[in-house]
Amino acid sequence: MIETVFTPFQSLGGGALIGLGAVLLMATLGRIMGATGILAGVLQPAGLSDWSWRVAALAGMVSGPAVVMLFTGTMPAIQVPVSTTMLVVGGFIVGVGVTFGSGCTSGHGVCGNARLSPRSIAATITFMITTAITVYIVRHVFGA
Amino acid sequence: MRLFFSYLSGLVFGIGISISGMANPAKVLNFFDVAGTWDPSLAFVMGGALIVTFIGYRFVLKRPAPTFASSFQLPTRRDLDLPLLGGSAVFGIGWGIAGFCPGGALPALGTGNPNVFIFTAALLAGILAAKLVQAAIANRAQAQA
Repeated sequence: MIETVFTPFQSLGGGALIGLGAVLLMATLGRIMGATGILAGVLQPAGLSDWSWRVAALAGMVSGPAVVMLFTGTMPAIQVPVSTTMLVVGGFIVGVGVTFGSGCTSGHGVCGNARLSPRSIAATITFMITTAITVYIVRHVFGA
Repeated sequence: MRLFFSYLSGLVFGIGISISGMANPAKVLNFFDVAGTWDPSLAFVMGGALIVTFIGYRFVLKRPAPTFASSFQLPTRRDLDLPLLGGSAVFGIGWGIAGFCPGGALPALGTGNPNVFIFTAALLAGILAAKLVQAAIANRAQAQA
């Protein structure tokens, strides 16, 4: 386990920018800012025009850390308190879950909840509960 | 222009993820670890994102169409079914194990951290595996019909 500092203002500001990105994508292209949906559409494109906006959005996301470094002088911190095996197993499980669940924290958690979609609200409550249970079991039952 | 605004939207989202702490698995996992090294920051990320999106969508969706497309592409289903709830439950298990979610990991690729690439490769494998299963289920349903 790694202790992290509580950053209410930075997190609130970052969250507001996440929302701003989502609103901008809806205003200009009429699309949901969902990482799962955008990524899945790149893998299974429905034509060049559908594929190109998704690749452009992904390129924008990946450029985020470099722009932050330009202004602050440091890359955003990535601290991984789990083993490589857990990254691989967890990553695969996330991929399966978000595909069947039609979304993740961005699509359901931000965009869907902001539209008061009953499916997104139910999905968000469900994954917040199972994440909390999993973290408790991993850290306090197995003591990893 | 369409691709420029798509890139810009992704960039603003990616900057937000980067400074909010959502790209940092230690911070994400600590949010859920109330019994241990608790860090409530994630609630502020979700709060900030939801307030802006809730208000922004109200204005945007009042317009007849988006600027560079003929219509808004919004999900219309409202029913709760097993794939939605089961899939979301499974997603949470994976998120709790790895600490990355797709929205956090994709911008984090830009840091060049090898752990993010390992997670993302496994994520893609999981998405493709699930798509194969979904296609098989759809085929079987069609064969029975």
